Amino acid sequence: MLLEKLSNLPGVSGSEKAVREAIVEQLREHGLEWQTDTMGNLLVRKKGRRSGSRRIMLAAHIDEVGLMVTSIEKSGHLKFRPVGGIDSRVLVSKRVHVGEEQIPGVIGSKAIHLQKPEERQKPFELDQLYIDIGAKNKEEAEKYVQVGAYASFDAVCTPFGDGCLRGKAFDDRAGCAALLELLLEKDTPPFDAAFTVQEEVGLRGARVAAYTLQPQYALAVEATAAADTPDTKKERSSTVLSGGPAISFMDRTLIVHREIFESLVNAAEKAGVPFQFRRFAGGGTDAGAIALSREGVKAGVVAVPCRYIHSPCSVLKESDLRHTVSLLRAWLEATA
Amino acid sequence: MKEEEVKELVMELSSAVGISGKEDSAVAVASRHLERYATRLWRDRLGSLIAFKEGENPGEEPFSLALVAHIDEIGAMVTRIEEEGMLRFTAVGGIDPRILPGQPVVVHGRSPLKGVVGAKAPHLLSEQERREAPKLEDLYIDIGLSREQAEKQVRIGDLVSFDAPPLAMAAGKSIAGKSLDDRAGVAALIIAAAELAAARHRANVYFVASVQEEVGLRGATTAAYGLAPALAVAVDVTHGETPGLSPPDVFELGGGPAIAIGPNYHPALVRRLMEVAADERFAVQREADPGSPGTDAWVIQVTREGIPCALLSIPLRYMHTTVEMLHLDDLINTGRLLASFARSLDRPFVEGLACF
Amino acid sequence: MKELIKELVEVYGPSGEEAAVRALIEEKIKESVDRTFTDSLGNLFALREGAPPLLMFSAHMDEIGVIVTHIDDKGFLRIAPVGGVAPHLLVGQRLRFKNGVLGTVHHEKIKELKELDWSKLYVDIGAADGDAAKKRLRIGDMACLHQPFVDLGGRYMAKAMDDRIGCAILVEVARRLPPSLPQGVCFVFSAQEEVGLRGATTAAYRLDPGYGFAVDVTMVGDTPEAPLMAVSLGRGPAIKVKDRSLLCHPRVRELMVETAEKHGIPYQLEVLERGGTDAGAIHLSREGVPSGAVSIPCRYVHTPSEMVDAGDVEHAVELIEKLILLSWPSPDEGWT
Repeated sequence: MLLEKLSNLPGVSGSEKAVREAIVEQLREHGLEWQTDTMGNLLVRKKGRRSGSRRIMLAAHIDEVGLMVTSIEKSGHLKFRPVGGIDSRVLVSKRVHVGEEQIPGVIGSKAIHLQKPEERQKPFELDQLYIDIGAKNKEEAEKYVQVGAYASFDAVCTPFGDGCLRGKAFDDRAGCAALLELLLEKDTPPFDAAFTVQEEVGLRGARVAAYTLQPQYALAVEATAAADTPDTKKERSSTVLSGGPAISFMDRTLIVHREIFESLVNAAEKAGVPFQFRRFAGGGTDAGAIALSREGVKAGVVAVPCRYIHSPCSVLKESDLRHTVSLLRAWLEATA
Repeated sequence: MKEEEVKELVMELSSAVGISGKEDSAVAVASRHLERYATRLWRDRLGSLIAFKEGENPGEEPFSLALVAHIDEIGAMVTRIEEEGMLRFTAVGGIDPRILPGQPVVVHGRSPLKGVVGAKAPHLLSEQERREAPKLEDLYIDIGLSREQAEKQVRIGDLVSFDAPPLAMAAGKSIAGKSLDDRAGVAALIIAAAELAAARHRANVYFVASVQEEVGLRGATTAAYGLAPALAVAVDVTHGETPGLSPPDVFELGGGPAIAIGPNYHPALVRRLMEVAADERFAVQREADPGSPGTDAWVIQVTREGIPCALLSIPLRYMHTTVEMLHLDDLINTGRLLASFARSLDRPFVEGLACF
Repeated sequence: MKELIKELVEVYGPSGEEAAVRALIEEKIKESVDRTFTDSLGNLFALREGAPPLLMFSAHMDEIGVIVTHIDDKGFLRIAPVGGVAPHLLVGQRLRFKNGVLGTVHHEKIKELKELDWSKLYVDIGAADGDAAKKRLRIGDMACLHQPFVDLGGRYMAKAMDDRIGCAILVEVARRLPPSLPQGVCFVFSAQEEVGLRGATTAAYRLDPGYGFAVDVTMVGDTPEAPLMAVSLGRGPAIKVKDRSLLCHPRVRELMVETAEKHGIPYQLEVLERGGTDAGAIHLSREGVPSGAVSIPCRYVHTPSEMVDAGDVEHAVELIEKLILLSWPSPDEGWT
C-alpha cells in the first residue's frame, strides 16, 4: 500500500530523491504529467473530469526529519546534527541508514554497567552521541561515508494492534499517500498537487511551489501530533487516534482562513466523515508559507493524527488516513 | 591579481565603514574596484551594489549567475545621551558585549568623533562585578564631551563603528581586523571579477555586494528578486580553528574555502564546485550544513520560483570581533574558484538544474 | 477625532478576525478616497489615485487576543495566545468573544509567579457545565481584551491603541487631504500584523509601492525604572530609525525629519530594541521598498490600558499629511 511504500523510503530534507521517484513512478503508470523545479518539488497539474472555478493547491511534503554527518572521528565514529526538529532523547539505541548506499549504522551509548548513577539521571546530549557504522578508524569509514551524508531512521512500516500502523516518517508520508490517492482517482475536479521538499527545515519548498502555481485556495495535507497518551492531560493532547482527520484553526505560521475552516467542517458534516479539531495553536505547516505567497492565498490544514511524530517510530490508524482522503475529496468537490 | 594587490584590497575594504543600513562608504570602495571590470554598476532600492559583466553565448539564450557577498558590518547605534555626556547604544547585528569594554570606536555624528567604550578601572571593581559578563545596556561610549557639547554633535540613531585598522600579521600570510565578515567575501568577488575580465565565459555575471545581511539577510532578499538569476553562489565566512573548538565546528586557515553541503545548496552546483576545484588543484574543505548557518544563500534559494544556490566560506577566526583573522591564500583561492566556476557554466548545465 | 478613536479601539478584532474593524473603517474612509478593496488575508486598501511613486501607509487593524483550544466538562476554557500576550497580564482580566460572550481569566494553583504559563491559565464564562459552554462557544473562537476607552484629560487610555490609533490617524489624514496630490497614496489597514506582519506582506506585493510607511505605536522610556529609551509621551510623534524588523531607509528618514522641522512639528527619534512593524514586511517586498515609520509613543503596550497623548496623535496626523504633500523622487534614486 502507498503509505507503506513511501514511508520506508529515505527522504531527509535536502535528499528527497527516492520518495520523489516512487511517486513519479505511480504518476507515470496512471498517465499523469508532472514537473520538478530547482528545489526538487514535484508538481502535478491535474486536469480532472470537469473544469474548475478556482485554482486549488494541495500540498504534502515528501521530506522527513533525519540526521546529517558533520565529521568523521579518528575512531571511525560519525558525528552528526539533526536535520529538522528532533528531540535528541529519542536517538539513543536506534538504527539508521546512512548515505546514498543506505549502509546500516547504530547510535550507541555507554553501556549501563559502566555508568555512574548520576549519569543516568540526565539525557544524552547531542554531542555525546555518534553513529557507528562498524569502521575501525577514520580511513575505513571514509570508504563508505562522506561528510554531508544524510542518515534516516531505520524502520519498517508494519500493521499492528487494531488497525494501526507503525513506522517512520508518517509526517508527512501519510499526507503524501492521501494526496497521491486523490491524484490517481479517475473522477475528481481539477487541482494542483505539490509534493514539496524541505518543509521540516522551514517550509522552504512550499514557498517556491506556491509562487509557481499561484493558487487561490490551498490546503496542506499533513500528519499532526496526537498525544492521547497517559503522560498528557486531555486538554493538551491536541488530537486523538480514531477521531478522524484533524482540522486546524491556527498554528504558529497560519491563522486558517475562516472560509476554508467553515468549508472543511461543512464538507465533513455533509459527507458524514468523522473529524476533529487540532486543539493546539503551535507548530507550522506548508500552508503558512503558501498563505503569504504573492498577493495572498486562502489556506488551511487537514492532518492525519499521529502519535510520536518526529521520532524513529510513529503510530497512526488506517481509518483516520482513509477518512482524510474522504474529507479532501468532499472538500474538493464543493470548492473547485 | 598579485598577492600584494590582494592584501591592499582586503585592508582597504576592512578599513571602510559600512554598518548595516548605511553602507555607503564601503560601497564606494567596492565600486571603485568593480567598475574596472564591469560594464554597468548600480545600487538597488535597499542599497545593494550590483556590477554587471556580460558573457558571450552566441546562438543560445543568455543566462545569468549572481555572485553575492555582503558588504555590511556589525556596529552600534546611539540610543540616548546621558547626563555625563556619555552615549548609550544598541547593537546593529550580533555583538558579544564582552568584547566591548575598552574598545576604541568612532561615532558618526555631524562629523566622525573618536570615542571609547567605557570600562571601570579594576581598582574600583567589586568581586561581584568582576565575575559577571557586561550586558549591553550597562555599557556606554565616552566621546570626551559634556552633555551640551554631545547634543550638538550627536543624535539618536547615529551609527558607531569600531576604530580598528587592519593588521598584516608577521607570521604567515594572515590579516586581522574588523569586518572581514564579509569584506573578505567582497574582496573575493573583486578577485573573481579581475580574473573574468581576462577570460571568456558564457554566463552573464552579476557581482552583488549585498546590504543588511547582519540584520536578517535583507539586501539579498530584494536583490535576488530583482535580478532573478538562473543560479547564485554566496560567499561568506566560516569559523576558523580556535583553541577549545574542533571540527566540524571549525576549519583550517590555509585549507581553502569551505564548500557547503546540505538542503540549502543545489547538489549539481556543489558537485561542479568540487570538480572545478579538483581540476585546478585548489584546496577546498567540506562543510556539512543541516540547516542554515545564516547566510544570504538561505534567502536566495527560496526567491520567486527558486534560485539554485551554493555557498563558499572563507575560514575566519574570532568572527564578529575587531580581530577577525584570515589567511590570504584562502581569499585568493576563493576568488579564483568563483571565476573558474563561472567559466565552466553553459546553457545545458543551467537547464539541468530543474531535473531531479 | 476622539470619537473616532473611541469607536475604533472598542471594536472586537483579534488577528484573523478583523471583519468588524474593517467594516467600520471602510464606512469612515470611503468618502475620502477614490476606491476601497480587500484581499484574501483581509487587508483593507483605501486608494487615492495618482502619479507614481505610490506611497503606501500601513496601520494594522488587528489586536492581540487569545484562542480557545479546549472546552472541558465543567465548562472552563483553555486558551493559547494570538500575538504577543504575556500570561501574567491576563490574570483577572475580562475577555470578550465575537458573539459578545464575556469571561474572566484565572490560573491553576501555583507556588510562584514564574510557574505561570499558558498551560496553567483558563477562562471562566460562567457556564454551568461543558455542554452549556459548548452552546455558546466553539474551539477556535477568539477573544480580545474587554476595556472601555477613557479620556484622562489630554491622554487617552484603552485596549487596542496598538494599532487602532494608527488606523484612526490614517482615517483622519485621508479626510484632510486636498483634492489634488503630487502622487498616489494607498492607506492600507492591514490584517494579522501581531502574528508576523502577514497582511502587510501580501498587501505590499499587490501594491508594489514606491515608498512604504508604517503608522504604529512605539514604547516609551518615561515611566518609573523603565528600560532605557529616549522616547516619551507628549514630545511629539516618533520618527523611527530602527527596530528589530527594519532599518529605516536613511533618505526616507532624512526627508521625514526635514518635513517635521520645516513645519514646526515636534518629533522624537526612535530606536526600538524589541518589536517590529508592517514596514519590516513592506521594505523587503519584491525588489525592495524604501521605507520608514511614524510611531505614536505609547505606555503599557500589549496591556488592557495602553496610553497615548492626544497632542502626539494630532501632530502625527499633521506630519503624515505633510509627507503626502511632498513630491517624492523615484525610489531608484535613493542612493545618489
